[in-house]
Amino acid sequence: MTEPGRSGAPVDGPAAASPSAASPAPSAFLDVRDLRVHFPTDDGLVKSVDGLSFRLERGRTLGIVGESGSGKSVTSLGIMGLHTAGRYGRRKARVSGEIWLNGTELLSVGADHVRKLRGREMAMIFQDPLSALHPYYTIGEQIVEAYRIHHDVGKKAARKRAIEMLDRVGIPQPDKRVDNYPHEFSGGMRQRAMIAMSLVNNPELLIADEPTTALDVTVQAQILDLIRDLQEEFGSAVIVITHDLGVVAELADDILVMYGGRCIERGPAEQVFHEPRHPYTWGLLGSMPRLDREQQDRLVPVKGSPPSLINLPSGCAFNPRCPYADVPKDDLSRTVRPELTEVGDRHWAACHMTQEQRERIWTEEIAPRL
Amino acid sequence: MLAYLIRRLFAAAVMLVVIIMVVFGIFFLVPKWAGVDIAASFVGKQADPAAVEAVREKLGLSDPVHLQAWEFFKGIFAGRTFATGGDVVHCSAPCFGYSFKSEQAVWPVLTDRFPVTLGLALGAAVLWLVFGVAAGVLSALKRGSLWDRSAMVVALAGVSLPIYFTGMLSLATFAFGLKWFDAQYVPLGQSLGGWFGGMILPWITLAFLYAAMYARITRATMMEVLGEDYIRTARAKGLRERTVIGKHAMRSTMTPILTMLGMDLGALIGGAILTESTFNLPGLGQAVLNAIRNQDLPIILGVVLITSLSVLLANLVVDVLYAVIDPRVRLT
Ligand SMILES: Nc1ncnc2c1ncn2[C@@H]1O[C@H](COP(=O)(O)OP(=O)(O)OP(=O)(O)O)[C@@H](O)[C@H]1O
Ligand code: SF4
Ligand SMILES: [Mg+2]
Repeated sequence: MTEPGRSGAPVDGPAAASPSAASPAPSAFLDVRDLRVHFPTDDGLVKSVDGLSFRLERGRTLGIVGESGSGKSVTSLGIMGLHTAGRYGRRKARVSGEIWLNGTELLSVGADHVRKLRGREMAMIFQDPLSALHPYYTIGEQIVEAYRIHHDVGKKAARKRAIEMLDRVGIPQPDKRVDNYPHEFSGGMRQRAMIAMSLVNNPELLIADEPTTALDVTVQAQILDLIRDLQEEFGSAVIVITHDLGVVAELADDILVMYGGRCIERGPAEQVFHEPRHPYTWGLLGSMPRLDREQQDRLVPVKGSPPSLINLPSGCAFNPRCPYADVPKDDLSRTVRPELTEVGDRHWAACHMTQEQRERIWTEEIAPRL
Repeated sequence: MLAYLIRRLFAAAVMLVVIIMVVFGIFFLVPKWAGVDIAASFVGKQADPAAVEAVREKLGLSDPVHLQAWEFFKGIFAGRTFATGGDVVHCSAPCFGYSFKSEQAVWPVLTDRFPVTLGLALGAAVLWLVFGVAAGVLSALKRGSLWDRSAMVVALAGVSLPIYFTGMLSLATFAFGLKWFDAQYVPLGQSLGGWFGGMILPWITLAFLYAAMYARITRATMMEVLGEDYIRTARAKGLRERTVIGKHAMRSTMTPILTMLGMDLGALIGGAILTESTFNLPGLGQAVLNAIRNQDLPIILGVVLITSLSVLLANLVVDVLYAVIDPRVRLT
């Protein structure tokens, strides 16, 4: 079964590949339909995101995983409208598709409208909190600014709010630390401050782009705990982007696996973890660090290098690296692009192998070696 | 912050002593090693032997070197006396030397000319900062556009054309051709309008050169800053682009520009020789030229000293400014 048309697709099912311009406002809180982000460059058109669709409800967490260059950051910046805001020079990113946030379609609503939603309805945490904070302003000044853009309050009230937020994210002596500069904070503290800043306006959508990559392991766990607690408290929708499956295992309700700018598998977290139905996801699971096994018996991580985003391999974009590329009949892997098909309850994967083939390979060859 | 300032001040004081000693070395020791008769060169070309001997004694050139150095150093802070027999010349602090040729102390000559140079440098700096930075920011925001490319061609011209050329061109056009301005220096105290009219072409000429450099640096820095993560963060907060550029990006872009400004002003205050001689402005630069022509060594020495000291002072000011602008500096 290939993807059904847009109308009648269940919540969390894939949206249609090419929605009509007049598609109705969706019921989901965040509904991304056929998102494409293309960058014209000297070497050709870089299709960093090419036809991505997903949905997310309030109070839920979506984990987006994929190796470096698969388009995760480009997707999140696309939702935030940051590819088109303040791009100087002649070459502009081309963003198309639909991004519905709380009933508003962000790509057609006008840049200034989206700007006003940024920071208030949707906020973002970046990978490296040191470079993401302005070195010349204090933590407090930066949080106060974020608050006062969207709230007509005086400096005193905003400062009080900033201290409150710093306290909430677990920064000791927040009334003193509020006047520190970013370089006076440790890595984990900076990320906490960044989280405080992004949550200062109670956004309904929080995008965390690799929030723990720049931090050391013990701090990583604390930050993840913090994000989870805050989500429970504020009930926002959260997108966590990472190339570390361990992170999403802890946090996410649903998982979306990206490869070459597209979604190749998506579903409830337990299903994607315990019954993954795409060879690339198997590879990602195999490259997860595990403490209880020796390095040698572990499945080899995904071999080969990420595909060119200018010329994706024909057929299945994963075929040059896929150990099972010859399993589907008629050389389908190299000639026809596999669509997302339903492989379980709300669980979709894009691979030409039959369900039986995939189940057999997973249970016999992959799972025992993980 | 305080510790940083004290450290800087201390370093500046040490540098001050070093500079004075180096200048002393250049003017008194190096010639001595080279076998040049310093007394003769202080008196001038066709000096009669008696005068040379008198100067030798006044300067104490036969004394041990460390005594000479001490006299030189002391003169700057406490003044000194040059004496031969009954002929006594007192040079009060700050004694930058005494011209035996024109029979006057060097310092008043410098202070006479200093305001001209200062006015030239400051006026030009205002112009080049405003136009250079504005052009650079616009170019960075509209990179690749016709504006950007023309601005950068003009900037390249500004950097590479000699002041003599642009100065003469502007004189020929605006002063002698269109007769918009007088090519005549009028002291500020005499007439504000006259001063302004006489300074405007030198300002523009000097500012053109520097504006060109500043535009290029501003453009490059702004483009780099716009790629920084914290600029993306500023946008992600929902700030207007105006604020993102005008506040967040400008703050970082201005840092290297202020450093440059300090250095350039420091160097210019020691005399914009080319501009001053092109426009016949009686500033320090022209004093140097005249002194070279007349072989009036003490004046040259004085200008060298004051130039070094103004660069030193500018450095100090830049360091302090830096600490105000960049909180990370305060730690070091
Ligand atoms: N402005 C741009 N112009 C051209 N190509 C771009 C641009 N921005 C991103 N890309 C390309 O898009 C691809 C996807 O980038 P993206 O940053 O989304 O990867 P990612 O999945 O976030 O990887 P990582 O895990 O390393 O953060 C990369 O190959 C990148 O080179
Ligand atoms: S479609 Fe073919 S190449 Fe692609 S993942 Fe499936 S088996 Fe591998
Ligand atoms: Mg990324």
